[in-house]
Amino acid sequence: MTLELNATIAERHLDVSLSVGPVETLAVMGPNGAGKSTLVQIVAGLLKPDGGQATLGVRTLFRTGPAPLWLPPHARGVGLLAQDPLLFPHLSVLDNVAFGPRSKGLGRAESSAVARHWLGEVDALELAARRPAQLSGGQAQRVALARALATDPELLLLDEPMAALDINSAPFLRSLLKRVLAGRRAIIVTHHVLDALMLADRIIVMDCGRIVESGPTAAVLAHPRSSFAASLAGLNVLTGSVTGTFVQTADAGLVTGRLTGSFAGAGTPAGGGTEGLAAFPPSAVSVFLAPPQGSPRNCFPVAVTELEPHGDHIRVRAGRLAADISPAAMADLGLEPGSAVFFVVKAAEVAIYPA
Amino acid sequence: MPVLAHHSVGPPGPGRRKAVKRWEYQAVPRWVFALAAAGALFILLPLLGMVAKVNWGNFIPLITSDSSRAALLLSLKTAAASTGLCIVFGVPLALVLARARFTGQRILRALILLPLVVPPVVGGLALMYTFGREGLIGKSLSLAGINIAFSTTAVVMAQAFVALPFLVLSLEGTLRTAGQRYEAVAATLGARPSTVLRRITLPLVLPGLVSGAVLAFARSLGEFGATLTFAGSLQGVTRTLPLEIYLQRETDPDAAVALSFLLIAVAVVVVGLTYRTPKLPAPRGASGRGLNGGAGARAEVPADTGTDAARP
Repeated sequence: MTLELNATIAERHLDVSLSVGPVETLAVMGPNGAGKSTLVQIVAGLLKPDGGQATLGVRTLFRTGPAPLWLPPHARGVGLLAQDPLLFPHLSVLDNVAFGPRSKGLGRAESSAVARHWLGEVDALELAARRPAQLSGGQAQRVALARALATDPELLLLDEPMAALDINSAPFLRSLLKRVLAGRRAIIVTHHVLDALMLADRIIVMDCGRIVESGPTAAVLAHPRSSFAASLAGLNVLTGSVTGTFVQTADAGLVTGRLTGSFAGAGTPAGGGTEGLAAFPPSAVSVFLAPPQGSPRNCFPVAVTELEPHGDHIRVRAGRLAADISPAAMADLGLEPGSAVFFVVKAAEVAIYPA
Repeated sequence: MPVLAHHSVGPPGPGRRKAVKRWEYQAVPRWVFALAAAGALFILLPLLGMVAKVNWGNFIPLITSDSSRAALLLSLKTAAASTGLCIVFGVPLALVLARARFTGQRILRALILLPLVVPPVVGGLALMYTFGREGLIGKSLSLAGINIAFSTTAVVMAQAFVALPFLVLSLEGTLRTAGQRYEAVAATLGARPSTVLRRITLPLVLPGLVSGAVLAFARSLGEFGATLTFAGSLQGVTRTLPLEIYLQRETDPDAAVALSFLLIAVAVVVVGLTYRTPKLPAPRGASGRGLNGGAGARAEVPADTGTDAARP
């Protein structure tokens, strides 16, 4: 019982192929316009792809080619929770949740019982008699989750379910999702790395309609390959060719580090020329006005492009690189956009791994 | 919330709905009010002029004469029947125009709206040459012993012909505003298209359907040209209130004025009771993100880029 999908939409330059196991949650991440929501709509049956096929267990969701097939959304067993709760405004909360079971042919009493069960699961039983207009955003989204679960979908699609919630309701829904997603198959589109870490077993990163990275969440975040995944993980990542413990990068010169990943055991292939990445956190970067002397450290001459608050620190951006410094250091250095400075990183802080 | 957002369109939160204070500032120049007043007077003054002409002393006898009562009764009956016809055929038409995608859709819409712009007499002639004794279909019907022209059925058909576009236009607009997002969600919850129509779409567009039906009823009530051409003017059979008024105009102006007033009164009551100001869609339903991409509607869906970029 897995979801197997590959689909193309020429108009949107979408070309993806993925599979989701029986009790697995897959996080889909990527920059705006990457095609994440398009992917969700294809699986839900709201959008017809130009080519490809998808199966959910024994059921074929769609298939193009000589014997085309298209299963309408109501026959797919795929639940959907979008950014907007989209509770039916003319039905009470209870009737909203009972809508799915009713549509499946269950009787009124039985549907109500199912609805009450799921409202209880999302801690919203006391809202049963209300109208959707009388709910807060967080309450409405919880009810929408109960409504999606009440049909017992074989696959649950979550399209940025927390994006429209205020910062007080999001954590509650997140832990609620963690509870109900256990033992289910789900795909969650999200912008927050916390969602991926908490809710997903695996992550795919999309960009321009393609999957550019995929793997277990921890592994992708530890060794990001795409710049998007690097920014998710909060890491500076430079690409280049690896020789020994050096990465020759195009934009930052030679970077020294320690070998990790598959390089750690086997070392780098003799002769060099292997593609590799060098990653280091902004907190490991020190900022100097003049190049420091002596120690074996990486030193990048850069021009500051942006300064922004980042927790207790100030994040100093210089093109693709970032450094976190304390407000006191910031005051000492007197930085402003355009300042020419040196980003310095100890070799021990730089992880080098294969591309 | 952006600084310039209207207070009443903010996201509904607990307690926020109650404390809606409307903006004091309205961007309507004063000269617009002057023109609007002139426009309103243009409609209201003639009504006033007619009311002033009503012979109140004889009003009750005038409107309760045999011919008047027969005409009023016939008008109400036929207008009700025509409204029923408009609902039965207009709702599917509006659904198809608003939701489906097919070639020739624009042309179909234009043709269906034709009765709005064609003089009713022309509509009556068209009906005559189609359903009349010598008409396209009427010829076969009359061989089968069915004669439509100059019957009460003809009155209903003439009224439905001119009134249908009002219902279709009103309902199609409501359907488009309501969008397909609730329908898409209902489908993912396992509801078949017929269930979605019955439990989601129709309840959501009910206000639009009601106002469309009211407009259709009002238009049917006032129908004159097509009725006279296709159905004639037989007392109790095809002579509706407008026809009666036109007939009385020459012989008994007092009766014509009294009946006109009655017709206006009926129309005002019906419209006033049921027609509501078109409401803005609920703020939440109107936000353009998420499920906009209804099945087959890909061409109209904003590209992922566009919608994503709108996120704060």
